[in-house]
Order: sequence, then C-alpha cells, then structure tokens
Amino acid sequence: MKKSLSLLLCLALVATMTAGCSGSSTSSDNSDVIKVGVFEPLTGANASGGELELEGVQLANQLHPEVLGKKVELVVADNKSDKAEATTAAARLIEKDKVSAILGSWGSSLSMAAGDIVKSNKIPAIALSATNPQVTLGNDYYFRVCFLDPFQGTVMANYAYKTLGAKKVAIVQEVSNDYSVGLAKFFTDSFTKLSGDASAIVSTGNYNTGDQDFNGILTNIKATNPDVIFAPGNYTESALLIKQARALGITCPIIGGDTWETNEFITVGGADVEGAVMSTFFDDTNPPTEAGKTFVAEYKKLYPDRQNIPAVTALGYDGYMMLMDAIQRAGSADPQAIRDALATTTNFEGATGVITINANGDAEKNSAIVKVVKDGKFTYLDTVTITQ
Amino acid sequence: MVVGMTLSTFLQQLINGLSLGSLYALIAIGYTMVYGILKLINFAHGDIFMMAAYFAYFGISVFFLPWYVTFIITILLTMLLGAGIERMAYRPLREAPKTSLLISAIGVSFLLENLATYLFSGKPQAFPEFPVMTTPIFVGGLSIQPVSIVIPIVAFFLMTVLLFIINKTKVGMAMRAVSVDYDTAKLMGIKIDNVISSTFAIGSGLAAVGALLWCMKYPSVLPLMGVVPGLKCFIAAVIGGIGNVKGAVLGGLILGFSEVLMVAFFPSLTGYRDAVAFIILIIILLFLPNGILGKKQVEKV
Repeated sequence: MKKSLSLLLCLALVATMTAGCSGSSTSSDNSDVIKVGVFEPLTGANASGGELELEGVQLANQLHPEVLGKKVELVVADNKSDKAEATTAAARLIEKDKVSAILGSWGSSLSMAAGDIVKSNKIPAIALSATNPQVTLGNDYYFRVCFLDPFQGTVMANYAYKTLGAKKVAIVQEVSNDYSVGLAKFFTDSFTKLSGDASAIVSTGNYNTGDQDFNGILTNIKATNPDVIFAPGNYTESALLIKQARALGITCPIIGGDTWETNEFITVGGADVEGAVMSTFFDDTNPPTEAGKTFVAEYKKLYPDRQNIPAVTALGYDGYMMLMDAIQRAGSADPQAIRDALATTTNFEGATGVITINANGDAEKNSAIVKVVKDGKFTYLDTVTITQ
Repeated sequence: MVVGMTLSTFLQQLINGLSLGSLYALIAIGYTMVYGILKLINFAHGDIFMMAAYFAYFGISVFFLPWYVTFIITILLTMLLGAGIERMAYRPLREAPKTSLLISAIGVSFLLENLATYLFSGKPQAFPEFPVMTTPIFVGGLSIQPVSIVIPIVAFFLMTVLLFIINKTKVGMAMRAVSVDYDTAKLMGIKIDNVISSTFAIGSGLAAVGALLWCMKYPSVLPLMGVVPGLKCFIAAVIGGIGNVKGAVLGGLILGFSEVLMVAFFPSLTGYRDAVAFIILIIILLFLPNGILGKKQVEKV
C-alpha cells in the first residue's frame, strides 16, 4: 500500500514536470503570434498593485488583440514582489518565452532589478507606474508612461506647504524600497526649498518591507509634533502605519504617493485612512483625453460593480497601447525595431494624457492628480500642474 | 542622534515594547515546546501561525460567525493542522536522522506558504476590527490600546497553564519522559505517538492564540505573514534557551523591548531593526551557548 502510494506520487510528479516542459516548447517560433511579456508582482506584498496594472494591460489586449495582422499573446510572469525573483522572472520571459517586449513592473525596485537583463538582451521594456528616475536612467531599453518622482515629490511638497500650511514635516520611509526612499528625498529637497527652512524635516523614521509594527517610530514622531507626516511606501504597510498613528493619538494629516491607490489600502486601513492624501496619475471622473474616455467606458463595461478606476490600471492600458503603436510604426515585431520606434514616440494619445518620450525614455508629463480617501473611496481633490 | 526624550514618550515606548515582546513570547512558547520534547526545530511554526490567521479571517469575514465561535474553531482547527502535519510529515521520519526531520519541516513551511498563496491569493486581507480591543485609552499623554494589555496577560496565563500541564499532569509527565529518553519512555509503556501528537496540538494552539492577538493589533492577513514572526520567535526561543518555556517568554520580552528601545534611542538606525534580533542572538550565544535559561547539554558517549 505504502509503496504503491509513493509510486503514484512519483508518477504524478513526473507527469506534471513533463506537462510543464511540453507546455513551454509548443508555441515558440510561431510567426503568427507576437509575444508580449507582462512582468508584475502577482503574489507577495505588492500583489494588489501588480494585479491592477495587469487588468489594464488585459483590457487593452482584449480591445486590440492584433497588430500587423498578428495576434498579440500576453505572457504573464509573477515577480513575487521580490527583487531577486524579479531578475529571474524577466530572464525567463526573455530566454524561455522569447517575448518581443515587456510591460511592467509595478514598483520601481522590481523594475530596476530587471533593468540590466532587458538592457543586455536588447528587449524593450515599458515601466507602467514605476516612478523612480533610476528605472530608465542609463538604460536605452527601458521606457515609461508615468511621471517621475522628482516631480511627484514636488507636487506633494507643494500640497503640504501651500494647501496644508505645514511648517514641520515628519517623514516615514520604507528603507528597503528604492521608490519610497527616492520619493522621500525629492519631497525633502522640494519642501526645504519651498519653506526656506533647512530643518523643516523634524523627524525621519525607517522601516522595512513587510514590517507590521510601527509604534516605535511613530512614538518618536509624536514627540516632535509635526504638522504633517509624509509616508510614501507600500499600501499594506502604510495602511497599518496610519492605523497605529491614529491609535497613538497622532492627529495631523498623513500624506503619501501613488502606491497607496489600491483597494487594500482602504480595506486594511478602514476608518483610520479617511483623509489620507496621495498623488496619482489619473482621475476616472475626468479623463484628460478621448482615449481616456474610451478606456473608462470599456473598463466600466468589463467591471460594472467597481466604484472607481485605479490610476495604475489606466497606465497598464497606456503601456500596452503605446507598445502597439510602436510595433505598428516599426512594421515588425523585432525587439530592436520596436525599441527604436518607442524612442521616437511623440504626441501619443494615452488614457492618462498625451505621451512624448524624451531622450531618457521617460514620458514628459507635468500634471498630477491629488486624491483623498473620503467615505472609503479615493476621491478627486486637485490637479497640480508644474512647469519646470 | 538621540532625541531628548520626555518621560511620557519613554513610557509609551515601554508599552509598545511590552505588547510586541509578549506577542513574540506567545509564539516562541510553541516553538520551544516542540523543540523541548522532540529536539525538532519546527520551521513550519510561523506558517501554522499564518494559517490560524486565515482561519479566523474566514470565520468572521466570510462565514460571519460570532467572534467567540470563530476563536474556538480557529484554535481547534490549528491544533488539528499541527497534529496533522506531525502525522504526515514528521512521524514517517521518526527513526530518520534529525536533519531529515528539519528539512521536512522546511518543506512543510514552503508547502503551507504556497498553498495559502494559491488558495487565498497573494493579496492582503483585512482582518476584522475589534474596536473594544483597539480603541485607545488616553492616560496623561499615553495611548494604550486594551489589546496591548491583554496580550501580556494572555501570554503569562498560557505560560502558567503550560507549565502546569508539563509539570503536574500525566500527559506532561509523559512529555518530559519522552524528552529525556525517547527509547526508555517507549519501553515504559508510554504511547509515544499520542504524546507527540498532543505536543504538536498544544504548540499549534498557542500559535493560534498568538495569531488572533497579532491580527487584532496588526489587522492584515497575508500568506507570508508568518515568515518574519516565525524567525523572530525562533530567535526569541533560542535566546531564552530553546526547550525552556520560561526562557521563551523571557527571550520574547527581551527581543520586543530591545527592538522598540533601539528605535526609541537611535531613531536614525530604525531601518536596522531586524538586524538587532540577530545581533542579540549572536551576542547571547557567544556567552551563553544554551541560551539564558537553557540547560547544559551533556553529550553522552
């Protein structure tokens, strides 16, 4: 009995392994298909963000399943919210799945982890909502459709200084996350410049991805009595952080960046995240372009029950559409040709705005949406345009 | 940089440390108990803790059971899970070298993490709120959540109960016998399998209580939520002297207090908080290789 059971298990194991192999080897060299890799965190700490972007890419793929008369096939790779896994996932997309281009990832750290791989394999990649400058800097193969953190930091510093009238700011950053550290730094630079006060940042606290207890940091911050807390970071950690801040009796406004705009921020944070303010890329109640209106209408058709459309979903849509535009203009699915076409993208009408790719591979965007959590929903507050 | 600290800030940090440390202590007791009896480091302990959090989440948020029913079901299910894991993954290896058992434990840990990711998705779920436990009471500048007081009380209560079970009951006597000499215990007619199953059930039950209190304080449930607490509580158990229940509580408290107090006194080093756990571990093991309350191991030739 025992022996037959183990034999059965062995057989099952072999069967699954061979099934895995055969599945991967069938579809290569099929010239009727253009493969596009989608590289997202679908499990782990950033899973919600990855899923939202993926939904945008898939929606765009449903609406525009073909380019150059060929079917576009999405190959989804999970980078597990982990920098080491991100490298493996990107390498697998390129080497095993032989994709022509890659979309993603949510999270600057994860995108940066894949940077060297796309560069050395000469496969173009489009970051959707990764805002850290380092993602595209010095990498001719990484592009992006969203704005950058120096800009986002300025927007939030302006909001804190001008709208909230803050003089003293406390910063809490996710120290193992390049996005969070970068954004905190740009905010600090901008805020000290605006206020003319070099000691305007009264306290800085660091935490690590996955931390759940912030009481120590927050107790320190409470003692410095700031007017506002700027806490860019992952949504789960941030929601817990805000909850603990309120439980400690910290009443000042708490503001953050684009990564907060996920459903889990509100479900985990509950009533305590009411009034939390963040900058983001897109406001579904007022799409800036015709493409944006189409996107909103199609999204509502697909998900009639959802209350609002996350900005990163719109960016997922834009990334896919911009890639299709480039493939169309390149006239081929050759990665190098796609890269060259992407680099010359001008006045492409995306859902989140008109995109022109500059010499760094970044979308030139100069306006951001500020949203606030109100009655358990992300609600439009302001549009901030900064001309540099 | 040391912030000029007021008394109330310092007291607040002590409260933070006490509740965090007691949580570590609760989970560390389960670790240490299994080790004490079986000499097995049950690396799946953190993941059993995670499964307990999901049981409670499903009970309240999905099946809408009253909280007290959910808590009882959660503890029972987790005990069953712990005993089941022992039956499936450890018992067949009873006669095998300890390393095989250890590797089997790591395997169970990965299995549970991936199973949870597959079944419950990798997205965090919001644990239901318990306003009675979390609404803070403000006492002269201090903010105290009732749960922060409940956690240490529960931890000490369960420690006492466990010590009573181990020292005063028949099962406990059998457990001690098994821990001293496995083969002789068997010869004396002790039903080894039952003793080990109950050890795992009790250890997992403690993880379940830890998970319930943890989630009241940090209300998000994730498939990988058990990894860091599992590691920290293992460290706590080793610091206190692995195998010793009082040591686990002591280790948990030391760890919780040192983490929070490091944040309090060296705010610029807060990012290295996790490293503190390991530094303390190394220092203590250098001077007290068996932990603070651990017994000296005598190698029999």
